[in-house]
Amino acid sequence: MRVNLGIDHSTSRPRRLISAAALCLAALGLAGTAGANTSNGYNLPTGVTDLARDMYGLHMEVFWICVGIAIVVFGAMIYALVKFRHSQGAVADTSMLHSTKVEVIWTIIPVVILVVMAIPAADLILKQEDTRNSQLSIRVTGYQWKWEYSYMDSAEGVDFFSTLARDSNFARQVNSGIDPKSVPNYLLEVDKPLVIPSGTKVRLLLTSQDVIHAWWVPDFGAKRAAIPGFVNELWFKVDPGKEGIYRGQCAALCGRDHGFMPVVVDVRTPDEFKKWVEIQKAAAKQAALPAPAPPAAPPTAQALPN
Amino acid sequence: MANVHASNTAHDAHDDHDHHDGPATGIKRWIFATNHKDIGTMYLVFSLIMFFIGGAMAMGIRAELFQPGLQLMDPVFFNQLTTNHALIMIFGAVMPAFVGLANWMVPLQVGAPDMALPRMNNLSFWLLPFAFTLLLSTMFVPGGMAAAGWTLYPPLSLQTGDAFPMLIFAIHMMGASSIMGAINIIVTIMNMRAPGMNLLKMPLFCWSWLITAYLLIAVMPVLAGAVTMLLTDHFFKTSFFNAAGGGDPVMFEHIFWFFGHPEVYIMILPAFGIISEILPTFARKPLFGATSMIYAIASIAFLSFIVWGHHMFVDGMPVAAQLFYMMSTMLIAVPTGVKVFNWTATLWRGSLTFEPPMLFALSFLFLFTIGGFSGVMLAIVPVDFQYNQTYFVVAHFHYVLVPGAIFAIMGAVYYWLPKWTGHMYSMKLATWHFWLSTIFVNVLFFPQHFLGLAGMPRRIPDYAVQFSDWNMVSSLGGFGFGLSQILFAIVIIQCIRGGKKATALVWDDARPNGLEWTLSSPPPYHSFTTAPEVK
Repeated sequence: MRVNLGIDHSTSRPRRLISAAALCLAALGLAGTAGANTSNGYNLPTGVTDLARDMYGLHMEVFWICVGIAIVVFGAMIYALVKFRHSQGAVADTSMLHSTKVEVIWTIIPVVILVVMAIPAADLILKQEDTRNSQLSIRVTGYQWKWEYSYMDSAEGVDFFSTLARDSNFARQVNSGIDPKSVPNYLLEVDKPLVIPSGTKVRLLLTSQDVIHAWWVPDFGAKRAAIPGFVNELWFKVDPGKEGIYRGQCAALCGRDHGFMPVVVDVRTPDEFKKWVEIQKAAAKQAALPAPAPPAAPPTAQALPN
Repeated sequence: MANVHASNTAHDAHDDHDHHDGPATGIKRWIFATNHKDIGTMYLVFSLIMFFIGGAMAMGIRAELFQPGLQLMDPVFFNQLTTNHALIMIFGAVMPAFVGLANWMVPLQVGAPDMALPRMNNLSFWLLPFAFTLLLSTMFVPGGMAAAGWTLYPPLSLQTGDAFPMLIFAIHMMGASSIMGAINIIVTIMNMRAPGMNLLKMPLFCWSWLITAYLLIAVMPVLAGAVTMLLTDHFFKTSFFNAAGGGDPVMFEHIFWFFGHPEVYIMILPAFGIISEILPTFARKPLFGATSMIYAIASIAFLSFIVWGHHMFVDGMPVAAQLFYMMSTMLIAVPTGVKVFNWTATLWRGSLTFEPPMLFALSFLFLFTIGGFSGVMLAIVPVDFQYNQTYFVVAHFHYVLVPGAIFAIMGAVYYWLPKWTGHMYSMKLATWHFWLSTIFVNVLFFPQHFLGLAGMPRRIPDYAVQFSDWNMVSSLGGFGFGLSQILFAIVIIQCIRGGKKATALVWDDARPNGLEWTLSSPPPYHSFTTAPEVK
């Protein structure tokens, strides 16, 4: 039920329009569908992966338990504040020193509540850490202040950097005079997003070339530090039918432009992803060829003296 | 033998010279201070100044975050502000305030004439102005202040400019000061209690400080070690934390948080002690379950050493370690819960009045509990992956530090200020200060929960436009909270200058309990020169 709520919101028309406009403006030339942020602006995103949904569910479970405890505890406090006022003639009961019975009770009850929270949490930890049987691995390297995505497995050879989009970069300069609200996806847009297939278990291998960064897409429930000298792992599997653009940010203070190295993921259907990989590979091959310039050069050279 | 004789004579001469009751005059009274009251006062004044400097930095941070886009400062300066705001508030405002309160109150509460080691007491205070002058002077060196966050994670912290060695030296001085302060408190409590005051009769404030002092001695050297390793990595080509040299950047995080987690309890346990003093007074009824309160503090202190990993879940950790740190962290909720329940039971069937110290203590009770709830949520590892490094964390630790530690300090000041100065302060202004602080602190920090959950990372100078509204609310709360604190300074200054004479009990109607209330207000410069009898 909660999941539905979030999805309804995410597909609301204005947001879709804005995202679509953003895509056009960015002139990415991609066949991406509308972007989606499944947070309602004051709560965790309901997410588009199993893990994110489980996180949301556990978050709400713990939240409501806390609300329940708060009602009891704050209720007792407020009752005491209202009922036992000196000005209302309340007389203190100075014989109330301690009671082993109630103290044991209010030690044991919290323990039970904590166990109730810990069991599903432990379950989810095991699920989260299970990176086996991934279908696509991508190496993610953090730099000050950009990300490098190096594909492995079926997309071996595709490798590129992803940095803050130009219009965001102009607008974010001190006193740029550009209203951030006029920039589509201000600070959450990159020149080249990470492209992944939906319905596929994607495993990221994270590391860094300089300082510690953290890769984070809230809608995937995926956050992990990228640490020099270490390779951290995380996985996610975006639900089929949830293709679109998902956005996040670096989540570890990494210096001056820490706030300006967004993570943007373009989720496509496996077929479209395959096509995209082929285009990338072809482009890479083209770039790797000895430059086609020499055959073209002689005519130019000849043309010049004339 | 000759030596012994000589020193005896010197000692006698010194004794003759030293027979005076009042303080030295002029600046010498403060520079050569050995009196616990003078040193306590200096600690408290110092802490108040640092509170305003750190607060001014926070105002800068909130001003930049008032709306999206960068209006006021370069991102580097923003990072410098967040880093130094934290360092100054933690080491300059909260910790010295607690040590100042301990200096004033521990000897008065245990019936001792002074702290056990008065000259070391002088040194431990006077290190602080130097440490913080050095820290603040980094503002003017090439590269500016440190900007790697107060956690100083390498490799980022190794990119700090000329401020780096100055910062580390400043931290060493702060650490030495804290350790000396802690030793002094332990020795005073263990050796100088009045006859008849066994440990279980000792006031809760002293108890909380006794345990805190052990935490300080245990972890400040760890911080010193960590920053020294940073120093050698930076200047002497060691590779403790440099992966390229075979080092391990995550090891720094382990060492840092082995210090850092007990450190956060160092900033809250004395607050627990203060609340346990104030609530019984104004509820006119003894603290409920005093013994279990002591055990609760001790268990929290013990647990604080085995939970540090919960700061590092996203840095990559084996499943077993994640489970261990999750469960040990959740366990802390049990003794903390016991404390909150016992405080509530103290109010129960009491006879409550709402003087400013009581108001701050009650506000602590509610708002610290909210910080406790978000703490339990953060302990749940799988969801911590979403919360970690977001404004949800910022909201959490500010809830336990501002309406937690700082409200407790303010409550303590309002509780004992008439005892220290001999004057009553303006209850009206203090009550205004309370209400403005409590309202604005929530306007300031509550929306940050929403920001964090909606996905705003912490430590960023500029943000995506969907975070605009809550940031604006939070900033307005911040400015309101900052301005309200001017009232605090006004109340204190007025009270020092004069006002209605305070009686020995100060809160006559509430009849507070404890040795400090047997003395006049203000107490004589040298109090309890003859130890009182405690039955």
